[in-house]
Amino acid sequence: MREPQTDFVTRRLGVSRRDFLKFCTGIAATMGLPGSAALSLADTIANSAQQKPVVIWLHGQECTGPTETLLRAEHPTLERLILDMISLEYHQTLDAGAGHHVEQAKEKAIAAHAGKYLLVIEGSIPTKDGGIYCKIADKTMLAHTQEAAEHAGAIIAFGSCASWGGIPSAGPNPTGAKGAYEVLPGKTVVNIPGCPPNPYNFLATVLHYVTFGTLPELDEKNRPKFAYGRLIHENCERRPHFDAGRFATEFGDEGHRQGWCLYKLGCKGPETYANCPAVEFNDVGGGTWPIGVGHPCFGCVEEGVGFTKPLFSLSTVKTHTPPNAFPTIEQRQGSVKMTGGAAALAGAAVGAVLGATGIAIAANKKTTSDTTESDS
Amino acid sequence: MKRRDFLKATGATLLGSASSVAQARPNLEPAPEAVGMLFDSTLCVGCKACVSKCKEVNGMPPVIEGDAVQYDSARDLSGDTLNVIKLYQNGQANQKDQEVDGFCFEKRSCMHCVDPGCVSVCPVTALRRHPKTGIISYHVDACIGCRNCTMGCPYNVPQFEYDNPFGQIRKCEMCNQAGVERIDQGQMTGCAEACPTGATLFGTRNELLIEAKRRLTLKPGDIYNYPCGDVNHPDSWHEQEVAAYQPHIWGEKEAGGTNVLHLSAVPFDKLGMPPLPERSYASISEGVQHTLYSYLALPAAALVGLSYVVHRNTRDSEGDSDE
Repeated sequence: MREPQTDFVTRRLGVSRRDFLKFCTGIAATMGLPGSAALSLADTIANSAQQKPVVIWLHGQECTGPTETLLRAEHPTLERLILDMISLEYHQTLDAGAGHHVEQAKEKAIAAHAGKYLLVIEGSIPTKDGGIYCKIADKTMLAHTQEAAEHAGAIIAFGSCASWGGIPSAGPNPTGAKGAYEVLPGKTVVNIPGCPPNPYNFLATVLHYVTFGTLPELDEKNRPKFAYGRLIHENCERRPHFDAGRFATEFGDEGHRQGWCLYKLGCKGPETYANCPAVEFNDVGGGTWPIGVGHPCFGCVEEGVGFTKPLFSLSTVKTHTPPNAFPTIEQRQGSVKMTGGAAALAGAAVGAVLGATGIAIAANKKTTSDTTESDS
Repeated sequence: MKRRDFLKATGATLLGSASSVAQARPNLEPAPEAVGMLFDSTLCVGCKACVSKCKEVNGMPPVIEGDAVQYDSARDLSGDTLNVIKLYQNGQANQKDQEVDGFCFEKRSCMHCVDPGCVSVCPVTALRRHPKTGIISYHVDACIGCRNCTMGCPYNVPQFEYDNPFGQIRKCEMCNQAGVERIDQGQMTGCAEACPTGATLFGTRNELLIEAKRRLTLKPGDIYNYPCGDVNHPDSWHEQEVAAYQPHIWGEKEAGGTNVLHLSAVPFDKLGMPPLPERSYASISEGVQHTLYSYLALPAAALVGLSYVVHRNTRDSEGDSDE
């Protein structure tokens, strides 16, 4: 593969070539792609800095958590890179302009880049009473979403609210809040849930789309498999404690201080699919993610778990295959090693038997010879 | 007495004893305040908290196999393991509580039989059933080391410490053996206390039977609030979807019943439970033996027969000398 032409990135963004390639390698690793893909990514980013794929970003009912989490992606100069790499035509939080001005810009962008732009939806969409509970520029979020989705090249629902409804959809759901896929029937909506979602899952998905022109492999809930393919329970650093039956039973008790499993405190890791234990948060290492810092997983990414199940209630353990270290029904305990005392005792017994046999043989010989003598 | 008469008499005696087997003692009744446990396999998540708590309470070392020193890798009950979680799996093993292509966990520990075989076969009184709690306890000071109990148990529970020159029998005594006495102190068993999901539930046999029967009336898929710890005053509750239970409470009637009851969604024969009649083996074998020896009937019959043979032989030899 030819060397990526990174001069443009270096000049425009003030990122060193080394830092830039490091970033690309990290993103490729997040998706489980080989090293060559990192160069491919770098090439695409360097080129797209000139071509600039258009992004339109909508906000519904939410706390702006996904935008905040993206701004906190801690790789050096990441936010500058990502915000300059794409052409962010419309983003209600980050736009400098306001009012009719930006709305016009959005409409223009949709018309100019129809079929090519990337639509990112953040926040749930209220549907009750015609969707009047969330309005932007005198139009409902529902209408905004459906209009923007009509000509989008790809749609990404970022955060739990956009993915499946999140907090706004929790009972009693007064606004009829729904996830993006529910109001966009027939469209493929990539879901990247989380509250907040992990920025790297988003970045990796976007870069995959920009680089290869396709979306990464998705599961049956349209979540990228590289990020949501496994249970938190499967990769959790506290898993050995679960397997050995060591549980914290209340905050601050002996088990909690020892870093034992948090299942009894209501950890939802056993029924939540996410890569949190592998990617962690904020790029500072040291187990910086909820379970790592001693709080049970809340299941924020999982529909029907986060904001639905009580925080400290026990989760359903969705083990796919049972651990192979467990004994089967038929297995019996194998013979155990002999202890020193037993060996000595057994040795003495064997010695006694041998000795007695020897004496018996000798005595028998003597008797036989006596008999022979007397016979003769 | 003619030979014919002797055989007739002996046959009659044997027939008499055989017919009285049918009138042998019935199954023992559960102890009045029998304490037990209910193991619900559909709740067990295989965490082995009960196994590790059991070892802690009973002061037993982990069973180490190979180099895996970080885990207790007990395969089955042994002199070092009174409680073990075993795995049932079939085919793909991707669906819990399903017989085909599924898996589930099963607990192995003393069932605390109502009419225990181990107590019946013990020639001394090393194994005893507590008159009130029904707990089967072991008394090393009486044990002669014959290990009949390991053969007399249908569940393979009493285990001998073969690796110890002064080995004794080890079995679950419901955490109530001398020096532990959790039940006497009003506590529950270690395994029930440690269980996070209420899969091992402590209580009296009657209360647990009521709870088990209630669970069998639930509709699969409904949400039921499962108690954890002691069924009488649970220390927490656990909401879960009801699994498709087998309509069978293991231990309600098997061989006279057990104080430890099991529920499961997978048939019990797949979980290694032996086929057992409702009639306890102890009641049958004790019936036969006690009948044979009642009023010294059999020894008396044998004595009569032997006396006759000796008498005849003596007479014959006398006759020979006369000739």
